[in-house]
Amino acid sequence: MTKINMTVNGRAVSAEAEDRTLLVEFLRSGLNLTGTHVGCDTSQCGACLVHVNGEAVKSCTMLAAEAEGAEVTTIEGMANADGSLSTIQAAFQEHHGLQCGFCTPGMVMSAAALLKDNPKPSEAEVRDYLEGNICRCTGYHNIVKAIMAASGQLDAIAAE
Amino acid sequence: MSVARPLPHDAAALHVAGQARYVDDIPTPTGTLHLAFGLSDVAHARITAMDLTAVRQAAGVVAVLTCDDLPGANDVSPSVHDEPLLAQGEVFYLGQPLFLVVATSHLAARKAARLGRISYDERPAILSIDQAIAADSRFEEGPRIYSKGEPERALKAADHRIEGQIEIGGQEHFYLEGQAALALPQENDDMIVNCSTQHPTEIQHKVAEALNLPMNAVRVETRRMGGGFGGKESQGNALAVATAVAARLTGHACKMRYDRDDDMMITGKRHDFRIAYRAGFDDEGRIEGIEFTQWARCGWAQDLSLPVADRAMLHADNAYHLKDVRIVSHRLKTHTQSATAFRGFGGPQGMLGMERVIDHIAHELGRDPLNVRRVNYYRAAAADAGASGGSISAKKNDRAPQLTPYHMPVEDFILHEMTEALAERADYGARRHAVAEWNAHNRVLKKGIALTPVKFGISFTLTHLNQAGALVHVYQDGSVHMNHGGTEMGQGLFQKVAQVAAARFAVDPALVKITATDTAKVPNTSATAASSGSDLNGMAVKAACDTIRDRMAAFLAQEHQVEAADVVFADGEVRVGGAVYTFQEAAKRAYEGRVSLSATGFYKTPKVAWDRIRGVGRPFFYFAYGVAVSEVVLDRMTGENRILRCDILHDAGASLNQAIDIGQIEGGYVQGAGWLTTEELVWDDKGRLRTHAPSTYKIPAASDRPGIFNVALWDGENREETIYRSKAVGEPPFMHGISAFLALSDAVAACGAGYPDLQAPATAQSVLQAIRRVEGDG
Repeated sequence: MTKINMTVNGRAVSAEAEDRTLLVEFLRSGLNLTGTHVGCDTSQCGACLVHVNGEAVKSCTMLAAEAEGAEVTTIEGMANADGSLSTIQAAFQEHHGLQCGFCTPGMVMSAAALLKDNPKPSEAEVRDYLEGNICRCTGYHNIVKAIMAASGQLDAIAAE
Repeated sequence: MSVARPLPHDAAALHVAGQARYVDDIPTPTGTLHLAFGLSDVAHARITAMDLTAVRQAAGVVAVLTCDDLPGANDVSPSVHDEPLLAQGEVFYLGQPLFLVVATSHLAARKAARLGRISYDERPAILSIDQAIAADSRFEEGPRIYSKGEPERALKAADHRIEGQIEIGGQEHFYLEGQAALALPQENDDMIVNCSTQHPTEIQHKVAEALNLPMNAVRVETRRMGGGFGGKESQGNALAVATAVAARLTGHACKMRYDRDDDMMITGKRHDFRIAYRAGFDDEGRIEGIEFTQWARCGWAQDLSLPVADRAMLHADNAYHLKDVRIVSHRLKTHTQSATAFRGFGGPQGMLGMERVIDHIAHELGRDPLNVRRVNYYRAAAADAGASGGSISAKKNDRAPQLTPYHMPVEDFILHEMTEALAERADYGARRHAVAEWNAHNRVLKKGIALTPVKFGISFTLTHLNQAGALVHVYQDGSVHMNHGGTEMGQGLFQKVAQVAAARFAVDPALVKITATDTAKVPNTSATAASSGSDLNGMAVKAACDTIRDRMAAFLAQEHQVEAADVVFADGEVRVGGAVYTFQEAAKRAYEGRVSLSATGFYKTPKVAWDRIRGVGRPFFYFAYGVAVSEVVLDRMTGENRILRCDILHDAGASLNQAIDIGQIEGGYVQGAGWLTTEELVWDDKGRLRTHAPSTYKIPAASDRPGIFNVALWDGENREETIYRSKAVGEPPFMHGISAFLALSDAVAACGAGYPDLQAPATAQSVLQAIRRVEGDG
């Protein structure tokens, strides 16, 4: 067991964990942040995506110990300071970018990482970026639409 | 307040904030234990010894159970008690659960489960359709046969004849949330189970059997699933029973979630099929006589395979009037996972068989397949036909409905108009010409286009399942609590039904609290399956709301000395004899007037009656329709391909929620196209599934969806009296994916003179084989 320290959603946290503990398990079991989901267990589906020091990371493919001292943001930390939904979250709701919702936290985190680096992506760039996030319900149309809307480019998709 | 509004999914705000709870997210009591199955390494064998010493000694292990340790029935079958929870002396597929590990953590349970030392006396395994046919290994005594007219005579008399065969692969559900269950032991041996299931009543039933309890001692709750698609209709039984048994034996809460690889190794998938056909037709492609032989690979246990195979037969006609027809169905028993329900439930396979025949006929005659489709379509619904179906007596009338191969009149056929509308909207004619032009000038990249229809029968074919219950309370503050037997798996059922409840009381949908499916609130429910969720539960909720509303109206009418019929619920208000109350005020008055504000509702689908052995009757209340055009391009050198564009026009009747219905159509198409293109299940010659993770099993990704994707709802209403005249929408759009497959067939046909004979799934490899075939013939 090792004591692991990190900042999660702006809050300093510290917990004992086995060396082999995955970041996703640390978040879900250790911190009870269950919005980060385990979909495939093998880093393919993207349901467990979080940000570590601002970078998109699949938390089932990283040890908690590797995030020692890091700034971690999960879906629970994405809302605005007043608790209202962020632009990206609100766009997913408004544009029906979800059905069963299981992939949604990973999709929102992925979208946020994309828009941070590329605030006005083309639709093709959005699709390409989401290659590591699987959705089995929506056919992706409304997910892409939500991200385009969040980047202020709903017109680009409406004109399709 | 109109019911039909494109409101977001009821839990959307929770989902985007990571606050929506799935089974694995529910806070568990201290001391909760975790479970994993030890799995069979061979496909068929007698177990000679199970040495579980190392399993028992592994770190964190609390108990290890075999079939001898179970307190009650060792069975998790949803049908004929042929599916032991833990193998009993013999194993029937590679991946079958043999023993159950109970440990202090998920990881400890999984690690220990690998340590079992099992000795087997291996036996020959029947894995493939060919092996099953050779061994005559089947469910039921022989094939089911449905027929109408004289197919042999008609086939012989026809000017043209073709015959052929198509292999149709299965499909992994890949619900993003794997199977999961949590059992909480209660006083007096009662059990509460939280389970990711489409069928809480079935879970309750199987847990009660396993614990030797009456059903009233078991309560099952399901708030939501992270996707179901049929994969959680019966496949959750094993986890729920395992957790309940372990909870009974240890006294602790027990949780189980399958790791994704285990999930894919253990659970059943879509049935793969082989369909052979012989068809006779005239110069225009009009089918004179036809025979289908369907072989379904059902796996080791019967599960739901009989109704799945029945539904494949019931969709062998798809949208076409087959005067003289014979459909033969073999349900093969193999040593593989027990194939199960999957969106469409056999319908897609049966339908693909028919569409393949049309494609083949068109190629044979050198005609546009769309024209062949149109000449074979069922006759249009007579404009004057009432919902009573009174026109059947006018049999000599050429407007009388035509009969399906199972002798049901098709009274609501609207595909003539829908096809014309979509062909125009999607510019089919000009694009087909442009595709031909492109192919004439490009050697490597070949394009193809196809327009395919869907006619899908709505109702459970097991007639007694077509029933539903609801429980509605109105509290004294005017807030509404709604519960029904349907489950939410992302399809938006809860939102649609809440809109129904809000409309009955004429209040804002935000006043309606949607609550978890709970066998203690509504008993004896059917699975949320067969696309029936909103049809059945919407009607049951409507009945419950109307009971309460009528009681409120009667009370207020008496207070104001008017007729109950003159009490008006509108715009969040209740108007009675000149007085206007808010709904909240009206509820408070009714409460103080000692009026019961709680009611149950019940609904059973009318008109359905069906004999599945003879293949005669009316299995379906109505049909849902749709048409899709897909255009594709392929690389002749590699077989790689893409969908360029898709246009869909789909019939959801008078939609309850257009946004949710369109979402079902978009998702259904992509899932259907995935089934027929990239999603390939591969078993090796030992019966081991080699594609048991998304690394090797290719689910459509964001970039696989067509670049241009236009989806529209048909503007019409259900001629039958369904909830607000809407139509079921869960399964029918899945089969629009067939248009992508046949567009690929069209593109392959441009590579040579022969018929592509494309096999499904049309992976790059399968496409390349088809290209070589037509080149060889050319």
